[in-house]
Amino acid sequence: MDNIVLEARQITKYFYDPVKVRVLNDISFSISKGEFVAVTGKSGCGKSTLLYVLSTMDTDYEGELLIDNESMNEKKEKQLARIRNEKIGFVFQFHYLLNEFTVLRNVMLPALKLDKYPEDEIEQRAIQKLEMLGIAQLALKKPNKLSGGEKQRVAIARALINEPHIILSDEPTGNLDKKNTEIVFEVFNRLAKEFNHTLLVVTHDTGFAERTHRIIEMEDGKIMRKQVY
Amino acid sequence: MSQKLILNIAKSLLLARWRQTLVAAIGVTFGIAMFIALLSFMTGLNKLLDGLVLNRTPHIRLFNEIRPNARQPVNESNRYKEDYNFISSLKSGNARLAIYNSGFIMQSLKKDKRVIGFAPKITAQVFFNYGTLDINGVINGIDADEENRLFFFNDYIVAGKSQDLKNIANSIILGIGLAERLEVSPGDIIAITTARGERYSLKVAGFFQSGINDFDKVQSYASIATTQKILGKANDYITDIAIKVKNMNDAPAIAKEYKQLYGTEAEDIQTANSQFETGSRVRFIISYAVGITLLIVAGFGIYNILNMMIYEKMDSIAILKATGFSGRDVNRIFLAIALGIGFCGGLFGLLLGFILSKGIDQIPFTTTALPTIKTYPVNYDPVFYVIGISFSLLTTWMAGFFPARKAAKVDAVVIIRGK
Repeated sequence: MDNIVLEARQITKYFYDPVKVRVLNDISFSISKGEFVAVTGKSGCGKSTLLYVLSTMDTDYEGELLIDNESMNEKKEKQLARIRNEKIGFVFQFHYLLNEFTVLRNVMLPALKLDKYPEDEIEQRAIQKLEMLGIAQLALKKPNKLSGGEKQRVAIARALINEPHIILSDEPTGNLDKKNTEIVFEVFNRLAKEFNHTLLVVTHDTGFAERTHRIIEMEDGKIMRKQVY
Repeated sequence: MSQKLILNIAKSLLLARWRQTLVAAIGVTFGIAMFIALLSFMTGLNKLLDGLVLNRTPHIRLFNEIRPNARQPVNESNRYKEDYNFISSLKSGNARLAIYNSGFIMQSLKKDKRVIGFAPKITAQVFFNYGTLDINGVINGIDADEENRLFFFNDYIVAGKSQDLKNIANSIILGIGLAERLEVSPGDIIAITTARGERYSLKVAGFFQSGINDFDKVQSYASIATTQKILGKANDYITDIAIKVKNMNDAPAIAKEYKQLYGTEAEDIQTANSQFETGSRVRFIISYAVGITLLIVAGFGIYNILNMMIYEKMDSIAILKATGFSGRDVNRIFLAIALGIGFCGGLFGLLLGFILSKGIDQIPFTTTALPTIKTYPVNYDPVFYVIGISFSLLTTWMAGFFPARKAAKVDAVVIIRGK
């Protein structure tokens, strides 16, 4: 397959506390550009653990992880931080917005860190992202004044600001009601279809998963099935 | 840019919890303020006390000591040259106190680059006539201008002016104790009898107070010319030359050299007053120790607050790390927070310290030792302010070091998964 954005090769991971448990067992798969992939499975099957290994934040695993055909195994903490900054966007179950900053500033932060564009251009881009998600009017509010659905959309805007190669998401709708879940799904769907973004979403919401392009179903640290819709 | 962003984030975190920040900063402010006030006051006092000794003591004093000649005739004689000669009850035949060739010595001192200045001096034993009583006393003939320039003579004058010694013929400045015994006031005429029995009338130009009662009861000052006249000596008669050198620590070496060069006795200040430095050093150490302790206590306050802040901001740290901030960036953010507290607190501390010093400067303080001092002495040396701000930055940096390192090591996965 061409255009592989992310590839996992025989990833195995253990938890040591309290006893040695193999949480991920020989996981291999790859994701191409523009794919919208869901990882599903029961609680404790290792799907979140897998996501954090893929996120480069968890470096304690065996096997090989490639992002943009570049191996992550030998990278230092600082280089990994740079890669996360540049190539990966995150949307978590909890929004993790900084209440000290305005919505706009929150969205801008990763781009300011990347320091690729001047600040006023970053601001323009951030406003664009907010507009795309229909929340531009909230730009100057503090995150703690926002509703749950709005916060999650701000978090998505933040994930998009550096035009990442892949967006990783851990239970993005876990805290949301049905209406907001629908909005977030629509946003993800649009990102994949209209903007050709690549998304990997961990979810236990089967309804959500079934509407993606591809499902990776996990059980006991292994991939059980790969379905393509 | 990265630096600016980090400072910006640090600022936002600080301002978001401004009450905590304020408490931490007040700790530093208080520490620095006390440090400044304490040191200014202590060194002010130190300077004053050192001045009591230093201002009055010449760095080198040239004088002639009356002692028997080392070269005795019996030793010079060829006949007894091989013998070991015992001479008992040897007395000095030379009663001359004056420094030989004083004019030349003063000329050459003027040219010496190491010397700030010198003040010639004569001492005369006299009796002050008080009715039928004769009160024992000493008249010091001085050059009022030089004495004032080098030894702060004016600081001890409580009535009249030292310049009057020069301007009014046959004038005298009496020690305050002596004046009280004689019951005179400035402008009065007093009579003295010299050791050789001659009588003189002198006009009282003023009083001085040295703070040492016994000294003030016998001492008085007149111009050199007046004293030479009283003693019936020529105008090159000088018994003492008090010298101030640029670097006090060179005094012993220079004294040795002058002793050789001028053939007089030369006594340096280190020999004359060896113990005074010890006291001032101890006071100096105590004030620094107290000041630094205060700052360290303030540092612990900052440490606590930063530690708490890290627990509070775990989420923020986690997301910063997830979105591409490295451990080092997070470390720098928290160090910037600590230094921000240190810098702001320190600046206000300097200001408050200055105000406190000003306050101390207003408190009345009278001492007989220094009649011109009316309030507590305060030393406004800018060095304390430099030390204060540097130290506030240093302690806050140390206080921030471990919390910042802890923040840098926060495992984002643990935090995010925990939710």
